[in-house]
Amino acid sequence: MVTNLSKANVVMMKKLLVFTLIMFVFGYALVPFYEKFCEVTGINNLLKPDVLVKENWVDEKRWITVEFDANTRGLPWQFKPLQTSARIHPGEAISVMYEITNDSDREINGQAIPSYSPRFLDKHLKKFECFCFTKQVLKPYETRQMPVQFVIEPGLPPEINTVTISYTFFELPGSGSVATK
Amino acid sequence: MAAVHGDVHGHEHDDHHPSGIMRWVKTTNHKDIGTMYLWFSFTMFMVGGFLAMGIRAELYQPGIQILQPELFNQFTTLHGLIMVFGAIMPAFVGFANWQVPMMIGAPDMAFARMNNWSFWLLPVAATLLVGSFFVPGGAAAGGWTFYPPLSTQGGLGVDLMIFSVHILGASSIMGSINIITTILNMRAPGMTMMKMPMFVWTWLITAYLLVLVMPVLAGVVTMLLTDRHFGTSFFNAAGGGDPVLFQHIFWFFGHPEVYIMILPAFGIVSEIIPTFSRKPLFGYSSMVYATASIAILSCIVWAHHMFTAGMPTVGQLFFMYATMLIAVPTGVKVFNWTATMWRGSMTFETPMLFAIGFIFLFVIGGFSGVICAIVPIDIQVQDTYYVIAHFHYVLVSGALFALFAGVYYWIPKWTGHMYSETLGKWHFWLSMFFFNATFFVQHFLGLAGMPRRIPDYNLQFADFNMISSLGAFGFGLTQLLFLYLVIDCIRNGEKAPQSPWDGATTLEWTHLPSPAPYHSFETPPIVK
Repeated sequence: MVTNLSKANVVMMKKLLVFTLIMFVFGYALVPFYEKFCEVTGINNLLKPDVLVKENWVDEKRWITVEFDANTRGLPWQFKPLQTSARIHPGEAISVMYEITNDSDREINGQAIPSYSPRFLDKHLKKFECFCFTKQVLKPYETRQMPVQFVIEPGLPPEINTVTISYTFFELPGSGSVATK
Repeated sequence: MAAVHGDVHGHEHDDHHPSGIMRWVKTTNHKDIGTMYLWFSFTMFMVGGFLAMGIRAELYQPGIQILQPELFNQFTTLHGLIMVFGAIMPAFVGFANWQVPMMIGAPDMAFARMNNWSFWLLPVAATLLVGSFFVPGGAAAGGWTFYPPLSTQGGLGVDLMIFSVHILGASSIMGSINIITTILNMRAPGMTMMKMPMFVWTWLITAYLLVLVMPVLAGVVTMLLTDRHFGTSFFNAAGGGDPVLFQHIFWFFGHPEVYIMILPAFGIVSEIIPTFSRKPLFGYSSMVYATASIAILSCIVWAHHMFTAGMPTVGQLFFMYATMLIAVPTGVKVFNWTATMWRGSMTFETPMLFAIGFIFLFVIGGFSGVICAIVPIDIQVQDTYYVIAHFHYVLVSGALFALFAGVYYWIPKWTGHMYSETLGKWHFWLSMFFFNATFFVQHFLGLAGMPRRIPDYNLQFADFNMISSLGAFGFGLTQLLFLYLVIDCIRNGEKAPQSPWDGATTLEWTHLPSPAPYHSFETPPIVK
C-alpha cells in the first residue's frame, strides 16, 4: 500500500516536472510568437519602408519644424545629420542626409534605431527610404552619407509644431575583431 | 529518485530527531518546515517593512531628506520583491505545509526531503537579495517588475536579483509539486475532491498556477541574464529585440502571480467565516468553480498592466473586458461569504475580525481594480499612487490580513496555547486604522497625479503624504505588537483545548489534540 502510494507520488512528480519544463520552453516560444504576431498585424514596422498613399495632399498653410538628432551607443562612430532641422509643410516629401564615420581600425556592423518625439509621431510619419532599414557595415575609417526620405502626414494633430526624429546607432554582433567592450 | 522514494515514510524511523539547530536543518516533518516557512516569511516581512518605513520617511515631506534618489529606487524595488517573493508567498506555503496534511488526513507531505530542500533554498535567495544592497552599485533599482532597459543596464545588484528569482522560482515549483501530489494522492479514505476543505482547494489551484507560470518567470529572467552577459538581444532593440516583449512575458507570469497570492487567502477566509458563523460555508461548489474560473481568467488578462505600452485598440478592449470578467467569480465569493454570515450565530474573535476586515477592504481593492481595468482611466492613473493604493488594498488588507486571520485561527493547534484575545483585538483595530490611514489617502494622491517610485513630489501632495507616512509608521509598529503577541502565546499562553472554536469542522480540530502531535494521521482517519 505504502509502496504503491510512493510509486504514484513519483509518477505524479515526473508528470509535473515535465509540465514545468514545457512551460519553461513555452516562455521562450513566446518570443518568436510575439515577433510573428507583430509582423502579421503590422504593429512593429518602424524598420520597414512605408508606401506612399496616392491621395496624399500637402497642407501648404501649415509649417512644421522637424529636428534631427543622431547618437551612437557603444561603437566608435561619428554620426550626425548634415542639417539639424528643417521647416516643411505636412504632406511634403523631404530628404535629409546623415553622415557616419568609422573612427576605428576595424570593420563594424551597426544598426540604427529610430525614436520619435512626440511618441505618436510614428503614426503620421511615412518613411520611404532610411539607412535604418538595413544594417550598415563600415570598413576602418570609412565615411558614408545616407539619406532619409519621409513625409509627415497632414493628419498630425494641429497643436504639434515641432517634432524630433532621432536615430541611435548600436553595434551588432559579428563585427570585426579588436573588440572595444 | 530513490531518495524521494524512501522519504515518503522515512521520517517514521528517525523519531529520535536530532536536537538543536540540526533538527531544523535536517527536518523532513511538515510541521517543522511549515514553522520555518512562517518564521522566514515574518523575518522577510520585517525586512520589507523596514524598507517601506524608509520609503515613507523620505516621502514624509517634499524634498530629499533621508534617502538619495538612487537608494530610494533600490528601496522601492527591493520592498516589492521581498514582500512578494519573501513574505507573502512563503507565508502561504508555510500554511500549506502545516495545514494541508492535517486537513486531508495525510501523515506528511508527499516528498518530505524535497520539502526540506525547497525551504532551505529560501534563505539563500533572501541573502542574495538583501546582500545586493552592499555590492558596488547597490541593489536592483528598476522597480520590482525589473523592466528592461533598466534591468539590462544595472550593475551586479541586478545579477544577484536574477539569481535570487531563479532560486525562489525553483523553490516555489518544488513546493507546488509537493502540494499537488499530496492533495491528489494522499487524502484520507472517504475524502472526495468535493469534500476537501476550501483552503485545500484553493491551494491545489494555486499550486497548479505556480507550476504554470513560475517556469515562464524563470525563462524571462534567464533571457535578461543572457541579454546582459551573453550577447543575446531578446529585449535589446539594437539587436532586433523588443523591450515590450519583456513586459508581455513578465506579466504572463505576473498576473497569475497576484492570484497566487490571493487564492490561498480566499481559502483561509473560507475556513474562518463558517467557523465563527457556526454555519457550513454557503455555496461550497460554487466557491470551487469560482476559484477555478479566477485561475483560468487570470492567465488571459496580463496586458492590462501595459495599456500605455502601446497596443491596438482591439487588444485594449479584449484585455479590459477579460479583466472586468474576473469581478464575476470574485463577486460570487464575496456573496458566499456574506451569505455564510447571514443569520449565523456569529462571534467576533480576532480571526473573525481579520476575516471580516479582509472582506471589507479586499472589496475596496477589488473595486479600484475594476476602475484600473477601464482603459481610459488606466491611462490616467498608470504608474500613479492610485495603483499603489489599489494593490496594497488587495495585498496588505487582502493577502496579509488573511494571513493574520489564519495565524490567529490555527495558532492554538500549532502551539497548543491560546493567544491573548485582548492583544489580538488591539492588533486588529490598530492595523485596520493605520492601514487605511496609510493607503486610503493614496487614492487621492494618485488621482491628483502623484507618480510612483519618485522620492520627491510637488508641494500640493504634502498633506496627504504626511498622513500616509504617519499611518505607515503606526502600521509598522503595530506589527511589532503582533510579534510580541505570538511569542507571548508560545511562552505564556493558556493551554488550548482540542478545538477552541466550537464551529470548526475540519479534521485538525475534530481528530487531533492541541498542539498537534509531531506525527499525525499515521493511520488515516475515515471521512464520512
